[in-house]
Amino acid sequence: MKRVVFGLALAALVAAAPASAQTLNTVKSRGSLNCGSNGTLAGFGLPDSQGRWTGLDVDLCKAIAAAIFNDPNKVKFVPLTAKDRFTALQSGEVDLLARNTTWSMSRDTSLGLNFTGVNYYDGQGFIVRKALKVNSALELNDAAVCVQQGTTTELNLADYFRANKMKLKTVTFATADEALKAYDASRCDSYTTDASGLAGERLRLANTDDHVILPEIISKEPLGPAVRHGDDQWFDIVKWTHFAMVNAEELGITKANVDDMAKSENPDVKRLLGTEGKYGEALGLTNDWAVRIIKHVGNYGEVFEKNVGQGSPLKIARGLNALWNKGGLQYAPPVR
Amino acid sequence: MTTLEPGAVTTPPKPPLIYNPKVRGIAYQAVLCIIIALLAWAAVNNAAENLARAKIASGFGFWENTAGFDISQTLIDYTTTSTYGRAFWVGLLNTLLVAALGIVFATILGFIVGIGRLSKNWLVAKICGGYVEIIRNIPLLLQLLFWYNAVLKALPGIRESIAIPGGGFLNNRGVFLPQPLFQPAARWTLLAFGVGIVAAFVYRTWARRRQMQTGQQAPVLWVTLGLVIGWPLVVFAASGFPVQFDFPEAGRFNIRGGVEILPEFMALLFGLVIYTAAFIAEVVRAGILSVVKGQTEAAYSLGLRPGPTLRLVVVPQAMRVIVPPLTNQYLNLTKNSSLAVAIGYPDLVQIFAGTVLNQTGQAVEVIAITMAVYLAISLVTSGLMNLYNRRISLVER
Repeated sequence: MKRVVFGLALAALVAAAPASAQTLNTVKSRGSLNCGSNGTLAGFGLPDSQGRWTGLDVDLCKAIAAAIFNDPNKVKFVPLTAKDRFTALQSGEVDLLARNTTWSMSRDTSLGLNFTGVNYYDGQGFIVRKALKVNSALELNDAAVCVQQGTTTELNLADYFRANKMKLKTVTFATADEALKAYDASRCDSYTTDASGLAGERLRLANTDDHVILPEIISKEPLGPAVRHGDDQWFDIVKWTHFAMVNAEELGITKANVDDMAKSENPDVKRLLGTEGKYGEALGLTNDWAVRIIKHVGNYGEVFEKNVGQGSPLKIARGLNALWNKGGLQYAPPVR
Repeated sequence: MTTLEPGAVTTPPKPPLIYNPKVRGIAYQAVLCIIIALLAWAAVNNAAENLARAKIASGFGFWENTAGFDISQTLIDYTTTSTYGRAFWVGLLNTLLVAALGIVFATILGFIVGIGRLSKNWLVAKICGGYVEIIRNIPLLLQLLFWYNAVLKALPGIRESIAIPGGGFLNNRGVFLPQPLFQPAARWTLLAFGVGIVAAFVYRTWARRRQMQTGQQAPVLWVTLGLVIGWPLVVFAASGFPVQFDFPEAGRFNIRGGVEILPEFMALLFGLVIYTAAFIAEVVRAGILSVVKGQTEAAYSLGLRPGPTLRLVVVPQAMRVIVPPLTNQYLNLTKNSSLAVAIGYPDLVQIFAGTVLNQTGQAVEVIAITMAVYLAISLVTSGLMNLYNRRISLVER
């Protein structure tokens, strides 16, 4: 917190505002990408015991590093709390924020940052003890709810209870970790966060089977990476890294078959993989940028299944995050 | 040979102003002030420009916007539809509450431990010494987390609440006590209380004057207690106990009604008091040891008993040494209360420099306001303590 505030003060007072189109150069000359990450959320951003970071958001940062350096490990992950994350991005401490951050209008307009897209469609849910015999969030009148500070969750919670004329006792903590611990110690009747988070956090509770996630999803939480205002080239790179992964899944290009697919005659595949046209150079990268992403990190579906889907302990279904032609919302503009 | 006539001594020509040390000094100061002002202006201007260029909202317009979040402890009316400005006041009052109570209790505990460490009783002295050494060498944040977990883990859940005699509950959601609701007739009691305080002051002045003149002592303590507590109680009973209680009762999830004391508040207050008292104890011990033994012996030889010796001879002299470092501890306690954020107590830093900052994204303004508030609280505290210090300081004749 102090570090971030100091950084912002320094940036605001001393440095000139970042000129446009310099983030890519800064990252290249530094030799690594600074990625603002979660650090405590399984499936999205969490270092393991050896310090290796994993997660959906982590893989997005790795994909960007792969596109720039042809090396997915040239990323420095900066763990941020929900409260400090925007200040860290504004002050230039991180190059992008990939920290399961909800895209909302006020954040997009008044915080000086831009969301590049949605890499996970989420919604807010509640977890309660089975012993309470609660079947719906609408039965939570007068309940105490633990929540993390500085999140849209905090606001949705208050809105939902107000809209349904229910009384609420909020207990607010600086980090998700402390909020979850307090819930586990029975300080609150319920803990609320994004449904994806609940799936992961439930596994960290003392007796996993004593808790149940309520069916209500009370909000829209489009989670996506964000960058600072004023650098359109960098905005494009982050945006198209995600699109490349979605397009790759749609075209059936995987980590395993990307080299074979490079010989494909399908014009869509050829354009994405850079064997036709100069789309990568237009981004300020090399033409094989998408090959690097897919080879080192994988397509969107692979990354999803590995981190939050069937290949992970969370076992979250694709749901809204399936491709658009499979009943979901993940849709990428064509490479053309 | 020329002789100078008396009185015709020529005054040396007045040196130019630039060689006048006083004028020079003022000039340097003025230049320095101008440079600092220019730097500050440039910094503010640059910050504003940078924020505008990055299209980050700036200014204090957010003060009137709807906050939209809930706060667990509010001393003034606050709902989710209140403004950020209101949320600021809620946070400030919560900070002041814990700081004020913390200062009172830490002072009491600190004096007890400090004096106890000097006790001739071996066990008491060692316990107090051990307390000081252990507590002041462990970081406060860890202690707060410890106390918070101790409160949450040690107390029973909401459905196994411990009933407090008189209609209260104790559980890991906090302490719930009956809330007294005073009826209009209770104002006579309030009036009696006010009268009692005034009367006690008058009596004390009279007793002191009489002692100065005649040497006779009057029972000040007992009369004061009678006037301030006994007399209002009599009036309270005479007006027919005009009070009703709102008893807390168990709802489906939580306890409703009554007065609620949050576990976060208890843990924070407890942690701050325990921690700061260890430092105050050392301050008190230093103060008492600074009074030379001859003072005590002189008092004994005049026939004063140990109690009055401590109260009238040793403590007044010790206070001169105690008060300045005591002020530091008060300031530390107030500033340390900002660690509340770690255990979910809604103080100024948690609400304002936390949620409000995050939601508005206006770090520069919010942090500036927060720093100004802490500075103001600290200046007021040290101002009051300095006044007190001047009153008790050595009067040289």
